[in-house]
Amino acid sequence: MFGKLSLEAIPYHEPIVMSVAVVMAIVGAYIVGWITFNKKWIYLWKEWITSVDHKKLGIMYFLVALVMLIRGFSDAIMMRTQQAMAAGGAEGYLPPEHYDQIFTAHGVIMIFFVAMPMVIGLMNLVVPLQIGARDVAFPFLNNLSFWLFAAGVVLVNISLVVGEFAKTGWLAYAPLSESTYSPGVGVDYWIWALQISGVGTTLTGINFFVTIMKMRTKGMTLFRMPIFTWTSLVANGLIIASFPILTATIAMLTLDRYLDFHFFTNDLGGNMMMYVNLIWAWGHPEVYILILPAFGVFSEVIATFAKKRLFGYHTMVWATVAIGLLSFMVWLHHFFTMGAGANVNAFFGIMTMIIAVPTGVKIFNWLFTMFRGRLEFTSPVLWTLGFIITFTLGGMTGVMLAVPAANFVLHNSLFVIAHFHNVIIGGVVFGSLAGYTFWFPKAFGFTLNEKWGKRSFWCWIIGFYLAFTPLYILSFYGAVRRMQSYPNADWQPLMIVAWVGAVFILAGILCTAIQLYVSIRDRKARADVTGDPWNGRTLEWSTSSPPPHYNFAHLPVVNSIDNFWEEKQRRGGQALPGNPEQTEYQDIHMPRNTVAGPVIGAFSIVLGFALVWHIWWLAGASALGIFVSFIMRVFNDDIDYHVPADEVRQTETEHYQQVQMQA
Amino acid sequence: MGRKPYLRPLGALLMAALPFLISGCSSALMDPKGQVGEEQRVLIITAFALMLIVVIPVIVMTLLFAFRYRESNPDAAYKPDWGHSKAIEVVVWLIPCVIIVVLAILTWVTSHSLDPMKPIDAENEQNALEIQAVSLDWKWLFIYPEQRLASVNEVAFPANRPVHFRISSGSVMNSFWIPALGTQIYAMAGMDSNLHLIANEQGTYPGRSTNYSGAGFSGMTFDALALSEPEFERWVDEVNSSDQTLSFEDGYKELAQPSQSVPVQYYSDVSPDLYRNILNSFREGKPDEHSTTEHSVPMSAETAE
Amino acid sequence: MTTDTMTNQPGIMRTDEEHADTTGMKTYGFWIYLMSDLIIFGCLFATYGVLHNNTAGGPSGKDLFELKFVLGETFLLLFSSFTYGLAMLAMHRDRLGQLMGWLIATFVLGAGFVGMELYEFHHLISEGYGPDRSGFLSSFFALVGTHGLHVSFGLLWMLIMLIQLPIKGLTDKTRPRILCLSLFWHFLDIVWICVFTFVYLMGVL
Repeated sequence: MFGKLSLEAIPYHEPIVMSVAVVMAIVGAYIVGWITFNKKWIYLWKEWITSVDHKKLGIMYFLVALVMLIRGFSDAIMMRTQQAMAAGGAEGYLPPEHYDQIFTAHGVIMIFFVAMPMVIGLMNLVVPLQIGARDVAFPFLNNLSFWLFAAGVVLVNISLVVGEFAKTGWLAYAPLSESTYSPGVGVDYWIWALQISGVGTTLTGINFFVTIMKMRTKGMTLFRMPIFTWTSLVANGLIIASFPILTATIAMLTLDRYLDFHFFTNDLGGNMMMYVNLIWAWGHPEVYILILPAFGVFSEVIATFAKKRLFGYHTMVWATVAIGLLSFMVWLHHFFTMGAGANVNAFFGIMTMIIAVPTGVKIFNWLFTMFRGRLEFTSPVLWTLGFIITFTLGGMTGVMLAVPAANFVLHNSLFVIAHFHNVIIGGVVFGSLAGYTFWFPKAFGFTLNEKWGKRSFWCWIIGFYLAFTPLYILSFYGAVRRMQSYPNADWQPLMIVAWVGAVFILAGILCTAIQLYVSIRDRKARADVTGDPWNGRTLEWSTSSPPPHYNFAHLPVVNSIDNFWEEKQRRGGQALPGNPEQTEYQDIHMPRNTVAGPVIGAFSIVLGFALVWHIWWLAGASALGIFVSFIMRVFNDDIDYHVPADEVRQTETEHYQQVQMQA
Repeated sequence: MGRKPYLRPLGALLMAALPFLISGCSSALMDPKGQVGEEQRVLIITAFALMLIVVIPVIVMTLLFAFRYRESNPDAAYKPDWGHSKAIEVVVWLIPCVIIVVLAILTWVTSHSLDPMKPIDAENEQNALEIQAVSLDWKWLFIYPEQRLASVNEVAFPANRPVHFRISSGSVMNSFWIPALGTQIYAMAGMDSNLHLIANEQGTYPGRSTNYSGAGFSGMTFDALALSEPEFERWVDEVNSSDQTLSFEDGYKELAQPSQSVPVQYYSDVSPDLYRNILNSFREGKPDEHSTTEHSVPMSAETAE
Repeated sequence: MTTDTMTNQPGIMRTDEEHADTTGMKTYGFWIYLMSDLIIFGCLFATYGVLHNNTAGGPSGKDLFELKFVLGETFLLLFSSFTYGLAMLAMHRDRLGQLMGWLIATFVLGAGFVGMELYEFHHLISEGYGPDRSGFLSSFFALVGTHGLHVSFGLLWMLIMLIQLPIKGLTDKTRPRILCLSLFWHFLDIVWICVFTFVYLMGVL
């Protein structure tokens, strides 16, 4: 009846897990209670859960990402604490079976459920506005993507209290992840969480690729697109080309585990090296999916706050495209030590280094954007400066790893850990937080507190260097990744320094939380009615904050890259709205909200859970549920409507009056 | 200091860590004990120095530009519409290109000169001592086919004599690494990988698996003893005097059972077919059972993608 | 709200409604989807390429494949592509009845293909040569089976269209669906030709 599931699946004997579960339950109950008490369920359902509005979906992505950041960071600080303790024969406080789950969960959560939704959230919020569109190409799919992603998030969190998570490392290398060596449900949770959210990501990739290619406003040629849109376009192209590889690879692992196939098994003709190749053929482009949009954010931030045109726009675009293409030709550098032979290793090593050229050019371009500018040291700029320095160092250690003969002694060591945190924290996290601060007023109509934003930055950057410099050093002493304990007591002082670094990062996260709190508290004082708090350059700043659900009452026309900014210069630096009373409005065609998205997402959770625990009837039932929901959606023709011109006029007039009052 | 007491332990900690920073030269990678490791040390330092040519100017320029063109500095030039300069663009493409070309040449040369499959002394290849290393859950089995002996979690060889490791796994993937000697190579079931190393100094060097392999991974360490020739002879005699024997049918299966933090064990009278049998146990039923040599070069990306 | 700082000014050009080329956008999006699907097949082909000799003492393609039978399957699928082409012609001429007729013909041919494939799979498994026998058979079943699943999904889609068309007629909601299904169907045809060539033909030769 319940497959492999029984009450024993709940880890009562693990005090840490159970206390986390209790805290989660209390917080969850509090939130549910608050929503019920304030009678917000219907509002939530109508305005958020079923919404197809790209801006709201973007906000929801980012919100989930921030929540999961707390989860992923808890894993991180537990790992650092363990390693600070478990030296010279000491066992620390986490036994291997627990520690191994933690580092696996940390990697999975940070990449799939923090970095990805941050980047996709920013794309959702910004891209349609930047290209002057009213929505994405397929609004229903956009909602569905979010809920499939959310289903993955829920499954990962269920694994904390029902059963276990994978103990395999974040990429679940076969044959360790095969049922022979990992008979538990941990890998199955990994499989279904990633598979379901991965489908959502693929749909997002297609959706945004089509949106950018087909829905740009009049006059916006490809080479007039803002850089963030460009980097998003390339990132979505990478999603389309690489996520199917992940889907296929995980599907094969699933067949191995569930139906006794032999793709990656040790015996009967399986080949585990194929798994490693396939997973990295996805995995390497994946890191560029994350970093390219971050590059876009920095480009927007630096040009805006230096109050100057971005240096070398065309170079930036071509560098982005080049990085995107090259990212598919370097996957083997993740396993030079497999023994592919000197020629193959050298080829992939050199290809990897070549990526450093366009990346280096981008860095110089940002520098020359500051050159002869008027740089305002806002917190997004601090994140950007921190990024340039940190990422340059990370790039340097990356190139060191790319030399196969050097990789032979650096591979799998803490050097690798330090390197990719160097680029992911310095690049993706700093970029996402810069983007968060930069576009927050666009999403909510008030700016974030600068003081706490800067504090957050300083905590993060100090914490980063304290946490990861020791790891670089330790790697030279032979310290490797994923050690639950280590025999060498000499390493302990540096491990403790790394732990202190993690505490600083914790302070950074707390500062961000406080920043959000005080900003919401002071939202009246921090309100921005103009919609253009930073004297922006791109179209998203030409509409109000938050933009009306139709984004633009009239679709804008552009004639150059920085059209909006130039327009403002021509009019004495300001962009005041015209008087709606003297303007004609037309009905606006908009998509309706969807019930199918969240319903399919909910069924996907059940489906994933049922498959993890081999509850076949439930799996069948939820699959049928997904199918029926989809059919009902297909037979429903009432999926769009027109916003009447009068309503548009009313919205526009309200805002016009607000701006006038402010002025 | 008095007002911020928490700084004191932090300072003490940094002081404790300082010797590491200064004596970085005494680390396994910066003070290697073998020819391979030594070449890798030079390579790492060279690559690092080459990249500093770009990295240092970038960091300096970042700080300099940000400071000079700060908003509150009215003396600095301000050209809001300036966004293109052919000269600068040529330079910023050229410098990384030049450095990468140099690095690429270095990469190509060292990929071949430090190829782990290449014997240390190609002319006297048979002079090398062959040791077969098998990763098990969670320990290392070392087989000496010539000496017909085996050991667990301890490997010994004469210093200054090339060692030819053949590496495989009886379980999941691991990676065989003795940091002080250089290169690591994956241990994979059914695969026979080659690694040529040499110790140029006598000593005891820690070795371990670097590739996570499950619950007992942290304890998958061993000692590599680089001995003088007579000491090595004595070691061989000592192992030979062990009354435990090992063959695939007899003893291996029990040894392969998962176990953690296994103490050093010695086996005498070890079956010379043991390594081949372990390899073949994963190729069971395959038609080409007799021709293991065909597979001696590990298959990799060329075939898999 | 001022969504109009750019355009709601005298002297600045203003566009009217956005282009409503939703059909074009849907087919474009579907094309992109097909390309990503192609990568899934690419992975499965690559896997088959790596594993096709890993028979683990079991049978190889030479021992198992019956070319004549597979050729029959192939012709069924190729012919169904042709009938779908006729269905498209009927749609362009707005002939609903004809369209449905050709769709039914396509459905029957496609169902025949899936039936034959199921028979082949059943036959292999009952002989003891299921996907659990060897890496070769795993990759064979996965590749051919994934294609078969796609065809089955296409049949389901066709079935839904056969229900939907009489209810809704040819509208700007149903037309793109028929069009996308057409792309899907031809795409599966092309994939099958690769399967036939690389798996069956080269397996037997």
